[in-house]
Amino acid sequence: MRIGIDVGSTTIKCVALTEQGEMVYSSYERHFSQIIDKTRALLEAVSQKLPPDEPVKMAISGSAGMGMAEAMDIPFVQEVFSTRTAIQKLLPGTDVAIELGGEDAKILFLTGGLEVRMNGTCAGGTGAFIDQMATLLDITPEEMNELAQQAQRQYTIASRCGVFAKSDIQPLLNQGAQKSDISSSIFYAVVNQTIAGLAQGRPIKGKVAYLGGPLTFLSELRACFDKTLKLTGVCPENSLYFVAMGAAFSADQVIQIPELIDKLGHYTATGRYNSIEPLFRNENEYQEFKARHERDKVERRDPKGYAGEAYLGVDAGSTTVKMVLMDPEARLLLTEYRQNNGNPIPIIRDFLMHAMDEYPNLKIRGAYATGYGEELVKNAFRMDGGIVETVAHFTAAQRFMPEVEFIIDIGGQDIKCFKIANHAIDSIFLNEACSSGCGSFLQTFAGALGYSTEEFAKLGLFADRPVDLGSRCTVFMNSSVKQAQKDGASIENISAGLSISVVKNALYKVIRATGPDQLGRHIVVQGGTFLNDAVLRAFEQELNVAVVRPDIAGLMGAYGAALYAMAHRGEKTALLTREELETFSHTVKDARCGLCANNCRLTVNLFGDGRRFISGNRCERPITHKAPDDGLNIYAYKYQKLRAIQPVKGTRGRIGLPMGLNLYEMLPFWHAFFTSLGFEVVTSPESGRKLYLLGQATIPSDTVCFPAKLMHGHVQKLIDSGVETIFYPCMSYNFDEGLGDNHYNCPVVAYYPEVLKNNMPDAAKVTFIKDYVGVHRRNDFPKKMLEILSRYFDGLTLKEVKQASDAAYQAHERHLADIRAKGEQIIEEARRQNKPIIVLAGRPYHVDPEINHGIDRLITSLGAAIISEDVISDRVEKQKVSVLNQWTYHARLYAAARYIKDQKDMNLVQLVSFGCGIDAITTDEVRELLESQGKIYTQIKIDEITNLGAVKIRLRSLFAAIEP
Amino acid sequence: MAETTRNSEGRILFTREMRKDYTILIPMMAPIHFGLLQKVFQNEGYKMELLTNDGPGVVREGLKYVHNDTCYPALLVIGQMIDALNSGKYDLNKTALIITQTGGGCRASNYIHLLRKALKKAGYEKIPVISLNLSGMERNPGFKLTLSMLRKAIAALVYGDMLMLLNNQVKAYQLEKGESEQLVQHWIQRLSDQFNQNRGLSMKEMKVNLRAIAQDFARVPIHKTPKVRVGVVGEIYVKYSALANNHLEDFLSSQDCEVMVPGLMGFMLFKVDNRLEDIKLYGGNKVKYGVVNALMSFLTNMETAMLEILQDFPQFVKPTPYQETKLLVKDVIGYGSKMGEGWLLTAEMLELCEQGYENVVCTQPFGCLPNHINGKGMIRRIREINENANIVAIDYDPSATKVNQENRIKLMLAVAKENLQKKVDSGAYVKSEAAPSPASQDAYLHQGPTLTQA
Repeated sequence: MRIGIDVGSTTIKCVALTEQGEMVYSSYERHFSQIIDKTRALLEAVSQKLPPDEPVKMAISGSAGMGMAEAMDIPFVQEVFSTRTAIQKLLPGTDVAIELGGEDAKILFLTGGLEVRMNGTCAGGTGAFIDQMATLLDITPEEMNELAQQAQRQYTIASRCGVFAKSDIQPLLNQGAQKSDISSSIFYAVVNQTIAGLAQGRPIKGKVAYLGGPLTFLSELRACFDKTLKLTGVCPENSLYFVAMGAAFSADQVIQIPELIDKLGHYTATGRYNSIEPLFRNENEYQEFKARHERDKVERRDPKGYAGEAYLGVDAGSTTVKMVLMDPEARLLLTEYRQNNGNPIPIIRDFLMHAMDEYPNLKIRGAYATGYGEELVKNAFRMDGGIVETVAHFTAAQRFMPEVEFIIDIGGQDIKCFKIANHAIDSIFLNEACSSGCGSFLQTFAGALGYSTEEFAKLGLFADRPVDLGSRCTVFMNSSVKQAQKDGASIENISAGLSISVVKNALYKVIRATGPDQLGRHIVVQGGTFLNDAVLRAFEQELNVAVVRPDIAGLMGAYGAALYAMAHRGEKTALLTREELETFSHTVKDARCGLCANNCRLTVNLFGDGRRFISGNRCERPITHKAPDDGLNIYAYKYQKLRAIQPVKGTRGRIGLPMGLNLYEMLPFWHAFFTSLGFEVVTSPESGRKLYLLGQATIPSDTVCFPAKLMHGHVQKLIDSGVETIFYPCMSYNFDEGLGDNHYNCPVVAYYPEVLKNNMPDAAKVTFIKDYVGVHRRNDFPKKMLEILSRYFDGLTLKEVKQASDAAYQAHERHLADIRAKGEQIIEEARRQNKPIIVLAGRPYHVDPEINHGIDRLITSLGAAIISEDVISDRVEKQKVSVLNQWTYHARLYAAARYIKDQKDMNLVQLVSFGCGIDAITTDEVRELLESQGKIYTQIKIDEITNLGAVKIRLRSLFAAIEP
Repeated sequence: MAETTRNSEGRILFTREMRKDYTILIPMMAPIHFGLLQKVFQNEGYKMELLTNDGPGVVREGLKYVHNDTCYPALLVIGQMIDALNSGKYDLNKTALIITQTGGGCRASNYIHLLRKALKKAGYEKIPVISLNLSGMERNPGFKLTLSMLRKAIAALVYGDMLMLLNNQVKAYQLEKGESEQLVQHWIQRLSDQFNQNRGLSMKEMKVNLRAIAQDFARVPIHKTPKVRVGVVGEIYVKYSALANNHLEDFLSSQDCEVMVPGLMGFMLFKVDNRLEDIKLYGGNKVKYGVVNALMSFLTNMETAMLEILQDFPQFVKPTPYQETKLLVKDVIGYGSKMGEGWLLTAEMLELCEQGYENVVCTQPFGCLPNHINGKGMIRRIREINENANIVAIDYDPSATKVNQENRIKLMLAVAKENLQKKVDSGAYVKSEAAPSPASQDAYLHQGPTLTQA
């Protein structure tokens, strides 16, 4: 007899096989982290089925089983290896196996050179990810599967990790996208993640087997894999149990099961883990804490019998909708705090109808909306206006603490913090897509462990040794929790640890604070997450300061909107009347914009009475039917200028340049150089989602920045178009512009050609020139270039190359000068029109719309002009900064930041590509520079996909703060 | 306390006066090498102390004072220093810090600046920080990297490489547990004593010592059974520092593996060679080339000294000479790829495969920029060159958990064990990898391979 147990991150699988391989027992269930108890119960069940006196061999597999195997002294088999053993026995001839588990994704290439791949630490979960997404949609994974079958269209959802995907899905939900379409898109995201993260250039073909829970239970997920891979894979019998069976097959040690059961019964984990101070030492401390916070209350008034004016504030958040109706003294009449289940509209309608019916003498005088769903809600109910969340929160906080210096709001999906200076919002901190240790994060963990969020958070209040979980994103947290469980941490200590980690995440990742002084002494905390006493306590402990938590911490946005509605009331409100609400209907239609190359997918919301609201657009064009005004947008200018560079027929053949990374600045240089030598210079086409997917399977490192990943698509396009020579040189050094101590490129810009050449199978089909060139040595350049080119072409002379070099350097100078001239023109025009000027600072390649996601046009649509850092970087001397200033592109950032010091109408917004290690240094430095000059620092992190909703909040808050 | 002196840019200098009674704290990286380096500095009259504090406090301070997206080594090095300053062990009026600065295009050149920023935030602004570099950056009146010091430091590195190399090869097979490790400690002590008397640092004395070291290790009784051989490469700090790599070498040992970690000399040669390559690739000053070339020859001589002695000990696997390692990547990646560990990282993986350590853990901080290129970016190509290469890339980060890392390493090891079994079954192991007849016959035990349960 052989027993194999597979302990995954969420489930435990057990099989018993006869020596002939016949399965006599199998079970699959969730373990809720009670691994030891579950194993014991399973073994008891399985031993009933076993013939007595027959020796039993046993092995354990699965990441969560490692600790137990060690402690119980039972052989452990690595799970991917286990799978392979099982496949060799049960499915011979399989070429590739794809196995998705709770948190792991694996691909096994079995023929033509064995390779086993497993997702890295950052690639996020798959099964757990689908569960999370299902929770977000308020359906079960099975329902998701059914819905996905009816999908009409696909949305692009980030395929990197759960947290990213979540921030893509939320706005979709808020904009009214269909759950069926989202479900299907989520499955495609999983497919893309698996292929991008694990295939790494190796084609998946032949006989493919699908294994593991998600692929067994979700037929649509399999269908998505089939469609993407263009094959039909099989999901074999017992696909859930391959790891467990593999472990059973590998088992070679006889285990005395009754003894083992006994041993498991007496097992206690070591209890050795890093712990931190408890939240409360005793009940007294807790009571004192409670009493103190009970003082921060907003007055209420019974709506029954109330006759008079009322103001409505609606905060349509990412997962919840909050509503407040108050009287002119700002006393609460009615409030509502509810999960929005993906669609806030019916909830708001019900609330309004109920209020109007029950309290007919309550007359709404003004209504404002705020939050992620602001636009939709405002339009749906014809509210008087909308305000950006930050302003709403600030308005509400002032009500509780007029001298407030710092506000921190932790909501379901996001963290918003801002400093207040001179009664205006100063610095704004929002969580980046990668670090959302927020409310929904606690909710997900609570759910996974079988608790409600409230119950779960309460558990931690009196935990004696909270687990130190650090301050990273959810994906990391999952494995930290796993580790803590393995070390025997109790559920109470894990709960407390998670609450503390939410706080640490906010303080150290989002705000980057080192102490309470940085935040001031007058702090208001709000947002639903702070309603948990554990989180609030952790925050106070961490900062050693007593803060104000209004009793309506979860309603502050809505309250602020209502206060704002009152302050800005007009003659009467435009809000839908009771009759209009009665006949109100809301349907959603999909459309393609088609008015420009972006061809945005639009969601058209139709409201019964013929009104409509369009979302999903990046510019105003589908609404106004006018082309966006790019006159004051240097990003658009730069991009169009580069795209307008045309190939010139030559006698020496064609050379292809992949349009990405530093070629966004080097194109004029190389174009002039090769044209002068008689080569026809062609470039890869404009970036796009399709182009990206074309190269995605050849990306070896899934944590490199998106601009680099995009290069794979560009190179593939060039090869597919029949170009025979690709020129993409390595460049350790950039031009020396005299702004820094050195003039390096970052390692990725410098050496990415090496990665392309070595990882793209088709690169071998062309002449790929990736030699090292030094444009920083003007005099040596021609000779060195001749050496390089002579390796590939005959008949070049030094004279020719010298001429070409002159042309190249001149073209480069002209290009930069032209951008500066255009920038100056924009500045002048903006000043004439009295428009604020935004220095959108990043790298040359950030002008690619696929990389900046149209953020430039978003800014111009908010009424500002845009220049880039290189327009003004030559206007100041070399800056002494407190870090090593040694990269050409980055030195421009510091220079630009310094220059705007005396420019009243200029503010800087920094674009940062996710994964840019160098920007971890520049962002802090640019922030310090700006803040020391009394300017607001705004950073926007961008990746493969970017949630423009969050970007908009940032920008609108910035504009609200700089408004005269 | 010495008076604070600043240079024209406002940097606090390490003055001559400070040299007398200031304790200079060095962050830990490779324990054997750094232990010896400490002695060299002490021998030169500096009060040096190598930091050995680790544990959650180090990470906590790092997270607090360093941008969390900055690479993990910066976070740990700075965390370790601040944790030490917090400890109360040091008179803060008489303490200075030292940190290396490479001046390359990678983020690592910024550690010193990030350290100063962190010190400022933590209220230790007045503590002088010394930059240890070969590029003439940030000079200090009280600290000079003299030629003699440099020579001694390099000697210390050679000793370190030798001790690490032999310890790794003997430790896995020793009959008496701990014997090899004791030998390392014995030699660190012995070398320190010699350094104190200004001995052991000349080429002649070095050769004598190196031979004695090899003889000592050759005498440790071993039982050579086939074991999975694992090479460790990666970003230099994570590769060597147990604090950063969650005690990777110990973990591999506990899994019954023989570990090979390429030495620091290769990295030194690489960094110097980069200057020559720069001139070759982009043009440059002939005089500068000559000076750098002289330094390169000096380093190569040191390397050769060690390799020549190892010639006489065929039972030990020798490092491949730098120039040969370099040739391994000739058609793989350009010599211009110099940031971080550059092409050397790729070359070391190929070298390890050639030496029979085709199971490789490639370590890097999460999001390490050069390793996107030279590590993860080259694994596919390495497998094309050597289909037995069994490489796993592991990211290290404050919150990456040990469970996840070990699980992935175990996957690599499972494949490795299977390959080893195949080799043993086919008889290939005996021929190519079992130790050849030992040079010093006296105590060297050799028995035929017996594979323990894989």
